[in-house]
Amino acid sequence: MAHQATIESPLHGLMAEFDSAQALLDAAHKVRSAGYTRTDAYSPMPIHGLAEALGMKERKVAPFVLAGGIAGMLAGYGLQYWTSVIAYPMNIGGRPLHSWVSFIPVTFELTILFAAFSAGISMIVLNGLPQPYHPVFNTARFSLASSSAFFLAIEATDPKFDAGQTAAFLASLHPREVVPVDH
Amino acid sequence: MDVSQKDKQDPLGALPIITPGYSYVSITDKLTALVLTKNTPTAWFVFMAVGFTLLMGLMVSLGYLLMKGIGIWGNNIPVGWAFDIINFVWWIGIGHAGTLISAILLLFKQDWRTSINRFAEAMTLFAVACAMLFPLFHTGRPWLAVYWLLPYPNVMGLWPNFRSPLIWDVFAVSTYGSVSLLFWYIGLIPDLATFRDKAAKPIVKKIYGVLAMGWRGSARHWYRYETAYLILAGLSTPLVLSVHTVVSFDFAVSNLPGWHATIFPPYFVAGAVYAGFAMVLTLAIPLRAIYKLHDFITMRHLENMAKVTLVTGLIVVYGYVCEAFFGWYSGNLYEREMLRLRMFDGYYPWAYPALLVCNFLVPQLLWIKKFRRNIAVLFTVAMFVNVGMWLERFVIIVTSLSQDFLPSSWAPYSPTRWDFMTFFGTIGLFTTLMFLFVRILPMISIFEMRTLLPEASTKSKPEGEAH
Repeated sequence: MAHQATIESPLHGLMAEFDSAQALLDAAHKVRSAGYTRTDAYSPMPIHGLAEALGMKERKVAPFVLAGGIAGMLAGYGLQYWTSVIAYPMNIGGRPLHSWVSFIPVTFELTILFAAFSAGISMIVLNGLPQPYHPVFNTARFSLASSSAFFLAIEATDPKFDAGQTAAFLASLHPREVVPVDH
Repeated sequence: MDVSQKDKQDPLGALPIITPGYSYVSITDKLTALVLTKNTPTAWFVFMAVGFTLLMGLMVSLGYLLMKGIGIWGNNIPVGWAFDIINFVWWIGIGHAGTLISAILLLFKQDWRTSINRFAEAMTLFAVACAMLFPLFHTGRPWLAVYWLLPYPNVMGLWPNFRSPLIWDVFAVSTYGSVSLLFWYIGLIPDLATFRDKAAKPIVKKIYGVLAMGWRGSARHWYRYETAYLILAGLSTPLVLSVHTVVSFDFAVSNLPGWHATIFPPYFVAGAVYAGFAMVLTLAIPLRAIYKLHDFITMRHLENMAKVTLVTGLIVVYGYVCEAFFGWYSGNLYEREMLRLRMFDGYYPWAYPALLVCNFLVPQLLWIKKFRRNIAVLFTVAMFVNVGMWLERFVIIVTSLSQDFLPSSWAPYSPTRWDFMTFFGTIGLFTTLMFLFVRILPMISIFEMRTLLPEASTKSKPEGEAH
C-alpha cells in the first residue's frame, strides 16, 4: 500500500459494529454529543435522522435541482424562440412567429429533464462517487454493510481522536465489536 | 417488536405486504440468490427462447423494411398512421404504470409499491424502447430521423417546427425515457453494492462493483440519495402525466373527427395507467410463480393492482362516453357520421364492440373480491385489457382515418404480415429484455424491502441516556 496517508498514520479510524438500526442511531447521537466531528455511519438501508445525528447540515441537492430546472426552462424556451423567431422564421397558417403557447410543452419537458439529471448527478458527485477505493472496505465484516450490519466509524483525522481513548469510548456504546480500519 | 409489527398492520385487516418472519439476512439472501445462482429456472429458458425467436423476427422484418421501404406495410392514404402509431401509443401507455408505481405511489407513501416498483420501472424502460422503434422506422429512413426530429445546427439552416405536437412528442418521449433510466439506475445503486459484496466470482464482483460506483451505505450518502430519489419522484409525476398528454395532442390538435376532442389528454393518461397495470399484472403473475416470490408479491399487491386497473378502466369508459356524447352534441355532421361508422357500419364493425367487451365488460369482474384474489381470473382480465387497449388505439386511429370527410377518399386498411411480424417482434424484444433483466439485476428493490421489516423502524430521538 503505497498510500501517502500510510506514512502519517497507518490508521483510517476506528469502526464499531452494531446489531440494529436503533442501536446505530443511538450511538450516533452519543458520538456527536461526545464532540466527535469526523465520523460516518454505514447501514444497509436509509435510517431516518442518522445523518442529522452525525451533524450533517449540507442541503445542496435541492438547490442544484432548482438551478438545473431553471436552466432547462430557459434553454427550452430559448431554443424555440431563437429557432422559430430568429434563425428560421416560418409562417405557419398565419400564426405569430413567437407563438408562446405552442412552446410550453417542450419548455416543460426540458425543465424536467435538466432538473432530474441535476438531482441524479449532484447526488452522485456530492457523495464523491464513483469511488474505486475506500479504507472501510478493508475490515473483515464490512461486506455485510450492504446486507445486514450497521457500522459507525470515527476517523483518525478527527481532532478529538486518540486511538486508546476513542476505542474505549466506542466500546462503552455496547457495540458488537470495535475494529481498527487500516488505510 | 410487537408494537412496531402492529404499526405495520393495516387497520382494515388487509393482507400483509411481506409474509412475516423475514430478517435483513434472509430477505437479502433470498433476493440476491435469484440472480447470484447457477440454477436458472427452466421456465426462464422457455420464455427467453420464445422472446428471442420473436426478436429475431423483428430483426428480419426491420431488415426487410430498410431494404424495401415502408411499402411492405399495409399503410395507405388515408390510413398513413396505422400499426406504427397504434403500437407506439400502446407501448408508451404500458410504460406509464411503471412510473406511476415508482413515483406517484412513493409520494403517496404506499409502501406496498416496494416489491413491484423495480420490475415495473424496468417494464417502463423496455416498453419505451419498443415504442420508440415505431415512429423511428415509420419515418422510412431512420438514419435521417436525426435531422427530422431533433433540433441541431445543420448545414441547411433548417429547424423543426415547434408549433407541431409531433415535435413535442419527440421531446416528451425522449425526456421520459432518459428520466426513467436515471430513476431506475439510481434505485439500483445500493442493490448493486449488495450484489458486489455477495458475489463469489471475482469477475462478477468487479462488474457489479463498477456499476455500484463504490457505494458503501454512508449515512451522508443515504441522506443525499433519499433527497435526490424523492425529488426524482416528484419530477417524474408531472412528467408521466405530460407524456401521454402530449401523445394525445398528436391526435387532439388535428381537425379530424374522432381525434379532435378535449377529453383526450385525461382519457389517454387514464388509458395508459390502465394498460400499464394490466401489463404489470401480466408480468408479476408469472414471475411470482417462476421465482416463488409469494412472500414478497403477496395477494395484497395483486389485489391492489386489480383495484387500480378497475378504477382507471372506469375512467377510460367515461372517456368513451364523453367522446360519444360530444360527437353527438357537437351537431357536426362529420362527427356524428364518424361515430355511426365507428360503432355500427364502418369498415370495422367488430372493433368497437370487441373494445367494449375487453375494456368495459370483462374488467367489471374485479368488483368482486373473490375474483380479485383469484390468480387465474386476474391474469385473464389483464390479458383482456392488454388486447382491449390495443384495440382502443386501433379504433381511434384506423376508424377515424379510413373514413373521414369525403367518401371519395375513403379506403379500408389491412395490415400485412410484416406489420404483424414487427409488432410481435417488439413483444419479443420486450420479453427478451425483461428476462435478461430478471437474470442479471435485482427485480425487487432489496434495500427498500429491508426498510419494511419491523426491525428497521427506529425512533429518531435517542431514548435519553436511561438505557
